[in-house]
Amino acid sequence: MTANKLFKTIAFYALVVVIVVFSVFPFYYAIVTSFATGTRLFEVNYFPPVFDWANYETVLGGRTFPRNILNSVFIATTTVVLALFLAVTASYALARVRFRGRGLLLMTILAVSMFPQIAVLAGLFELIRFLNLFNTPFALILSYTIFTLPFTVWVLTTFMRDLPVEIEEAAIVDGATPWVIITKVFLPLLWPALVTTGLLAFIGAWNEFLFALTFTSQEITRTTPVAIAMLSGASVQEIPWGPIMAASVIVTVPLIILVLIFQRKIVAGLTAGGVKG
Amino acid sequence: MTTANSVAGPKGLSLHQQRQRAAFWFLAPMLIALFCVAAWPLLRTVWFSFTDTSLNDLNGGKWIGFDNYLKIRTLESGKVIYRGTLVDPAWWNAVWNTVRFSVVSVVCETVIGLIIALVLNAEFKGRGLVRAAILIPWAIPTIVSAKMWAWMLNDQYGIINDIGMNLGLLTEKVAWTANTDTAMYAVLMVDIWKTAPFMALLCLAGLQMVPRDIYEAAKIDGINPVKVFFKITLPLIRPALMVAVIFRMLDALRVFDLIYVLTPNSAATKTMSVISRENLIDFDKFAYGSAQSTLLFAILAVFVALYIWLGKVDLSGESGK
Repeated sequence: MTANKLFKTIAFYALVVVIVVFSVFPFYYAIVTSFATGTRLFEVNYFPPVFDWANYETVLGGRTFPRNILNSVFIATTTVVLALFLAVTASYALARVRFRGRGLLLMTILAVSMFPQIAVLAGLFELIRFLNLFNTPFALILSYTIFTLPFTVWVLTTFMRDLPVEIEEAAIVDGATPWVIITKVFLPLLWPALVTTGLLAFIGAWNEFLFALTFTSQEITRTTPVAIAMLSGASVQEIPWGPIMAASVIVTVPLIILVLIFQRKIVAGLTAGGVKG
Repeated sequence: MTTANSVAGPKGLSLHQQRQRAAFWFLAPMLIALFCVAAWPLLRTVWFSFTDTSLNDLNGGKWIGFDNYLKIRTLESGKVIYRGTLVDPAWWNAVWNTVRFSVVSVVCETVIGLIIALVLNAEFKGRGLVRAAILIPWAIPTIVSAKMWAWMLNDQYGIINDIGMNLGLLTEKVAWTANTDTAMYAVLMVDIWKTAPFMALLCLAGLQMVPRDIYEAAKIDGINPVKVFFKITLPLIRPALMVAVIFRMLDALRVFDLIYVLTPNSAATKTMSVISRENLIDFDKFAYGSAQSTLLFAILAVFVALYIWLGKVDLSGESGK
């Protein structure tokens, strides 16, 4: 009986180890590769033999990559601020005020957040050309609204629904208008939710590829995912794996640190956006 | 809010009416924004699909009806020629690739995600560490994971071939991404790696809502844990699982970036999104690509409607309130 139990415990922890290695190893290996240059790149190493920063110098000293990082930061930040600004008032109305067609409106917003982006690509392309935004950061800020806005509205609505009714009733008795209720009563309570939603929307905008690829046409206007996808050598045979891995590590490490810091909140935000009910 | 209804506010409006009016103004900016970036472009895409618009002359398109979808022409010799997306083998190949990719990846992700969730639902030392670890693949940008795996799957210097050869699983080095037989496996491998953790988190949220005493009772009655899982746990987390599956399925059906970067120009993995963008932007068949993306949208809409209807899924979360 005890032998059986011991076996079960060992099997369980073996499974745990497999899960952790399966999750972490690919990124670990990207870090190992980012420290390899020259012929070291072409031998399989499980630990970095030396810490050679040459690939990082190549990428960060390059003409365009620092600019690509700035583009990504600017676009993702602006998109998130805009989405949150529009979403706070909207989600108050959706969570707290009863009106006809509310359920339908919520479903529509959810449907938009699941839009296949390719279906709006042609129309957005025309709109962006018409507004003369092609090849500018604003083209991407505009187009990213299609997934950040419905997502933030949806998650903030589920958060706001859970706030106690009593606080709001007390404010109404005191004669507060809906605007005052949002800014003075709800906003202070919503900060944690805003941080979570903002972070998730930021990650979405930071990682986006299809719009960024289609609506930019020059190296200096690209965002980091497009820049990494386009990093190439003199010929097809010479893919610069070292610099690609260094660039990948540079754009991923900040995200991973943020995600690990806000772990619990992110899990709560994701599940509010996904499963509720 | 019923007590508040009777209180009359300024301008003779009841408080409820006042709140509804405020709600309208609160919603308006968001609705206008969504109309501009979602509804209007979608309508324009559908419109383009019925014209002969080209990329360089977006305003110069003429209405040509269903010709981009299907055009039947009878030659003088009596021979009938069919043209358009609906008889384009490349399009049907893309549809088949997309469906194959979506079904296999979502099924694998759900099974793996459930296993990870069951592990995380047990109490053990280092649970927080494991949960942190599985968040990493989710946080990595898709492009980065595609490049990372492209390097690991490299035919000459890739670590996957190295491990496979050392363990005796592979007899020779495989060109995973270039070979048409293995390209789809490569794409599936990366997608499952990246999204199984997301599935696990959603499943875990469902599992944590199952009351612990149910398990205690089953244990006391001496019921086999496997039976407990299929008879108790699975039915209880079914609603959460159904929602998670449809979210993932929709994501998989529109997959673009992973395939575009990992296996560029491979007919074995080209999906509906990839082929539509190729026609829209790269091949200067703007209207034809619009028709394909309209079809993709229609397919997804039908799928979602069927799924919600057949699975009786409640997405709004309103019924519980």
